[in-house]
Amino acid sequence: MWMLENAFIIPLIPAISFVVILLFGKRFIGPDRVHVVGITALGLVWVLSALAAFQWTQRVEHPPPDAVVQMASHADDHADDHADDHADDHADDHADDHVVVSENNSGDAHGGGHSSPLIRPVISTFSQWWSNGGIEFSVGTLVDGLTVLLLIVVASISLLVHIYSTEYVKDDRRYVHYYAFLSLFTAAMLFFVMAQNIVQLIVGWELVGVCSFVLIGHWWEEKPNTDAALKAFLTNRVGDIGLLVGIIVLWGTFQTFDIDAINTLIAADPGAHHLALLVAACCLMAAVASKSGQFPLHTWLPDAMAGPTPVSALIHAATMVVAGVYMIARLYPVFYEGLSVGTSSINLMAFIGGFTALIGAALAFAQWDIKKVLAYSTVSQLGYMVMALGVGAWTAAIFHLFTHAFFKACLFLGAGSVSHAAHHTFDMRKMGGLKKDMPHTYRTFVISSLALAGIFPFAGFWSKDEILLGSLVGQKNSYPLMLIFGCVVAVMTAAYMTRVIWYTFHGEFRGEGHPHESPKMMTTPLWILAGMAVIAGVFNLPGPVLEPFGLEGLAHRIQTYVEPSVYLSGLGLSHPDPSLTMALVGLALAVSGIVVTYLYYWRRVGLHGMTERNRYAKNGYTFLENKYYLDHLYNDVIVETVKRPIANWANRVNQNVLDRVVDRAGETARDTGRWIYKWIDQGAIDGSVNAAARGADSSGEGLRAIQSGKIQNYGQLLFGSAAVLAIVFVIVV
Amino acid sequence: MEATGFDTWVLSLAVFLPLVGALVIMMIPKAYEAELKLVALGSSLVALIVGVYSAFQFDYGAAGDLQFVVDKGWIDVINSRYIVGLDGLSLPLLLLSLVVVPLCLIYSWNHVPEPGNTKAFFILLLILSTGMNGTFVAQDMILFFVFFEVVLLPMYFLIGVWGGEERRYASLKFFLYTLFGSALMIISFLALFFLSKDSSGELLHTFDMRVLSDVAGVGIIKNTQVWIFAGLFMGFGIKVPMFPFHTWLPDAHTQAPTVGSVILAAVLLKLGTYGFVRIAIPFLPEGAVSWAPWIGLLAVIGIIYGALACLAQTDMKRLIAFSSVAHMGFVMLGIATLTDFGINAAVFGMVAHGLITGMLFFLAGSVKERFHTLEISRLGGLLKSVPRMGWILGFATMASLGLPGLAGFWGEFPAILSAYNPGAGLPEETFRTYMVIAAVGTVLAAGYLLWLYQRTAFGEPPEEFAGHEIEDVNRLEWIAWTPFLVGIVLFGIWPNLIFNVTDDVVSGITASVEAIVAGG
Amino acid sequence: MLLNQFLILGAVLFAIGVYGVLARRNGVMVLMSIELMLNAVNINLVAFGVQHGVVSGQVFAVFVIAVAAAEVGVGLAIVLLLYRNRRSINVEDFDLMRG
Repeated sequence: MWMLENAFIIPLIPAISFVVILLFGKRFIGPDRVHVVGITALGLVWVLSALAAFQWTQRVEHPPPDAVVQMASHADDHADDHADDHADDHADDHADDHVVVSENNSGDAHGGGHSSPLIRPVISTFSQWWSNGGIEFSVGTLVDGLTVLLLIVVASISLLVHIYSTEYVKDDRRYVHYYAFLSLFTAAMLFFVMAQNIVQLIVGWELVGVCSFVLIGHWWEEKPNTDAALKAFLTNRVGDIGLLVGIIVLWGTFQTFDIDAINTLIAADPGAHHLALLVAACCLMAAVASKSGQFPLHTWLPDAMAGPTPVSALIHAATMVVAGVYMIARLYPVFYEGLSVGTSSINLMAFIGGFTALIGAALAFAQWDIKKVLAYSTVSQLGYMVMALGVGAWTAAIFHLFTHAFFKACLFLGAGSVSHAAHHTFDMRKMGGLKKDMPHTYRTFVISSLALAGIFPFAGFWSKDEILLGSLVGQKNSYPLMLIFGCVVAVMTAAYMTRVIWYTFHGEFRGEGHPHESPKMMTTPLWILAGMAVIAGVFNLPGPVLEPFGLEGLAHRIQTYVEPSVYLSGLGLSHPDPSLTMALVGLALAVSGIVVTYLYYWRRVGLHGMTERNRYAKNGYTFLENKYYLDHLYNDVIVETVKRPIANWANRVNQNVLDRVVDRAGETARDTGRWIYKWIDQGAIDGSVNAAARGADSSGEGLRAIQSGKIQNYGQLLFGSAAVLAIVFVIVV
Repeated sequence: MEATGFDTWVLSLAVFLPLVGALVIMMIPKAYEAELKLVALGSSLVALIVGVYSAFQFDYGAAGDLQFVVDKGWIDVINSRYIVGLDGLSLPLLLLSLVVVPLCLIYSWNHVPEPGNTKAFFILLLILSTGMNGTFVAQDMILFFVFFEVVLLPMYFLIGVWGGEERRYASLKFFLYTLFGSALMIISFLALFFLSKDSSGELLHTFDMRVLSDVAGVGIIKNTQVWIFAGLFMGFGIKVPMFPFHTWLPDAHTQAPTVGSVILAAVLLKLGTYGFVRIAIPFLPEGAVSWAPWIGLLAVIGIIYGALACLAQTDMKRLIAFSSVAHMGFVMLGIATLTDFGINAAVFGMVAHGLITGMLFFLAGSVKERFHTLEISRLGGLLKSVPRMGWILGFATMASLGLPGLAGFWGEFPAILSAYNPGAGLPEETFRTYMVIAAVGTVLAAGYLLWLYQRTAFGEPPEEFAGHEIEDVNRLEWIAWTPFLVGIVLFGIWPNLIFNVTDDVVSGITASVEAIVAGG
Repeated sequence: MLLNQFLILGAVLFAIGVYGVLARRNGVMVLMSIELMLNAVNINLVAFGVQHGVVSGQVFAVFVIAVAAAEVGVGLAIVLLLYRNRRSINVEDFDLMRG
């Protein structure tokens, strides 16, 4: 358990690497060798993260006595039960659990089966960080399953991006700074995921934002890049108002910053403090929206693609943008209790997430820039995760976060590889036919796309299925709206990825020069990520799938190891039983998306390979004739409308309304500032100060006239006034 | 507790050594320039060493009590005594002031601004140093007032002689505006002298700040307290400066020579906020409670207003000056909550703002020296023409917009937080509104600072400077700036360095305010 | 009673003096006019003293004469110095105190 208690070492390594690269990168290490430092550090981080993950699984399987929470609110004997069970035999226990794993309400939901023990996270606090009003606040780490999962994700992808970048940004103007800030970003992100209190959350949150700012603006000579960097930072800053206020409200309610304490307090008494939690959760939701690209604060994310592509893969696809999702998961009781609507089990988060998923997916159709398609796809998938969290499918959301990180990073790096080959363009109209020139890129890209689309047996299939299942079964009742959202998005995702593959890799090459496959340093990470895109699903396979192989014990590993049941137990969440029907429907939706798009492009391009495709179409035709004849038309119409008017409209709204509002807000603020400065500050306030001085001055100027210096004038005044006074005296007296 | 042995001399040495240095320099003819500089730097460094010694000797377990106290007769006729002492509230500010002056001397080592005259320039800086140090340790109101005013004159000459084109206007405005405030302040001091009673109702007739702090305005009826507080508010509020008394600040900053701006931002503004925490609130708790909502209102107006004004600026130095208005708004908001959280944050904010804005003014000075302009539209591409300076500017910008992990954050975040639960007797809803407004202010801060950075540092250098070989940060600048940069990072990573020191004093103040409010 | 006549004489003399001070340009003449005003005061003092039967009026008059003598001495010296410096005793020329 050493690694779990001393997890602070993990972010410390890249932090040191940052300092070393920044201070000694140019002079002592040499600008072309700094990546060695970064990669070494990240390698170390990866090993330590893996160690931490291993130790965490050990902790779950052989919990030390102090790690198990006795459930006081439920029947005491019950709690004793599982403490005993675990002392005896765990394997058995898990084997029994694999289908119905319900930590808390085992009594009422699924009958009194065994339940997993509630494992407490490993919390280490270090010296006083700050103190105020006699209260001392410590800095520390909180390590549990969620943390180690994120550690693995961040470390793996960051390591691969480091390796990939050695080729991608080779001979860059600022190779040293690039690696320095990759290191700093990794450090900040790792610090963020192991935050022990919400103040640390803010620190990590903002630090990753700054790294994102620096890296988006990496090529700051061109104004669009710096504009994008500024937009990203400022949009995030707007969300940070919510973060600050939300955290303050939490402090005001619970008088603690400690994540563990807050979660435990709410879990112990979910109904209390509803208003405060509502306010806090709404505020924090704004922060999540800005960081994780949720509607309506997602507009910065596509612009952020101005940065180098590996950065997009690392920061804007796999890690930083999931910070918001991570925060919801980390403070789940706050969000789940705060955003629940009245007594119904519907949750605002689900709606926000579902809506974002839809919007993002629709927008992905209207883009010609391959990275922007992927960016909108990220928006959409993040919406999916938030929706999953909203319907109470905590594990599904985190599982999806996990799988999505790999295949989306692979897609981004693949896009980078394509542009590396095709004259540094990201415009799909200048690509095409790259399949034969870049076999490795093509294959990995297709694998990841299938994973993203949710095709069996790739990783995305399993995680997406769990989300849909979560919406279908729901908590107290089903969420049909979310299910519809989820299904529509599933179709759309498959469709737009097919479109990307078509434009990029098939057809004729439309660009200039001779495309070529990228060097090994780039394709190796691609293959590793593609490999993960294939197999990442195994970490949370449902039991029935494994049963034929006698491996039921390995089912739902993420649920077992990662889910912080100690916090979620009070919320009354249940886990749905795996459903074959749902899986088949989900698969059918994805396939239909691919097929329809495929047909669409066939009809449009249809100049070569007609026969071959005709036959296929004929097969499809006969296949569809009986039942799906109308479907074909229907899908065509829908695809067409979604693709043209709706997506364009959404795009226009996005660009002209939402984006304009952001710009206009900035302009108005500036104009107001100018106006206030000119009229109120310089005019009224400063004016009155100056007027006072000027008044004194001009009165002196006036009086100066009678100061002639001539005695006789003074005499005249003197005697004249004496005479006047005398007259007054005479008259009055 | 009264100090003994060498400790009795510590504070007096720290305060008056620069003055002694100034006197020695006066004796040295102008021609011996190297000797002049060495004496100046030497005296300020020795004062700093004495200050550091006091920091090491300081008993942090009793940070709430005055230490190194000296209490000697001074002006017996009016019962004013020479009392100096150091507690957790004074210590960080004293050290800040002691550190800033030698760094400013080093920065101006080889380039005293036009029209030259190193001797006079250094003498003024040293006198300024004595005034600032003295203000932070004085424990007698008359002594405090003397030091408070001693600061004015050297600053007036620094701006008026070595300043920019409109230096006369700016220096006069600075001098008269602050003097106006001081006039009202001294009236309030006299009122405190004549009206303060001890618990048995006996008139005290004392200027001793320790005593006045202990009696905490008992025996002065609330109405009177409000009026006396108004006088103090004008005196300190103008110095801070609070909206709408801030207009001297942009002019003074824009016109002042670089080190003048640095000292003005780093230390002088803190005299005002320090006065609120040290004098106004503990002496007149009931007055403070009546005034606090209004101070809070002006503070948040200052935050938003300063930020908006920044957005409209075309001159880099003037923009930084307006950002001071916004940042001091956070400090004043913290003070206005009358909670230990808020006031601790305010003290932290004072130090952080001193380091960060001081750093920004140094940068503005160096940019001006190299490019002969601070017009934002004419600058650009600093990262290309002077890369190191560009990076430091970026760093200072990030610190200034309150990035966690750097010092600025710890002044802002607890201050905003404290407004959620203001002190006893204050309207909660009002302060929560202030909290939200202040949080919005952080976005605007990011807006104007990043916009500034984009326009000055990003992009290609404009044609008029392209092709010129422009010197990057030179050695003297590195020496002068490194302590600032280190301080910003150090306090950002481990804020307890300051919170721990100030907390005892601040808790004492808020506890007494609370007791008075509860009792009354 | 003769008092009225004396007072009228004093007033006339004083008025002449005032006129002289205000209207004459010649410094010496201004001084002489001041003497006239002083003597007008003297007449009043003596007249009131007699009226009230006290001697102090005459004593004051003697004082005034002594002071007037000194004043004329100093005044003429100033006029002399002015003449030496500026070659003029026209009071219009002397306005160094003009604001």
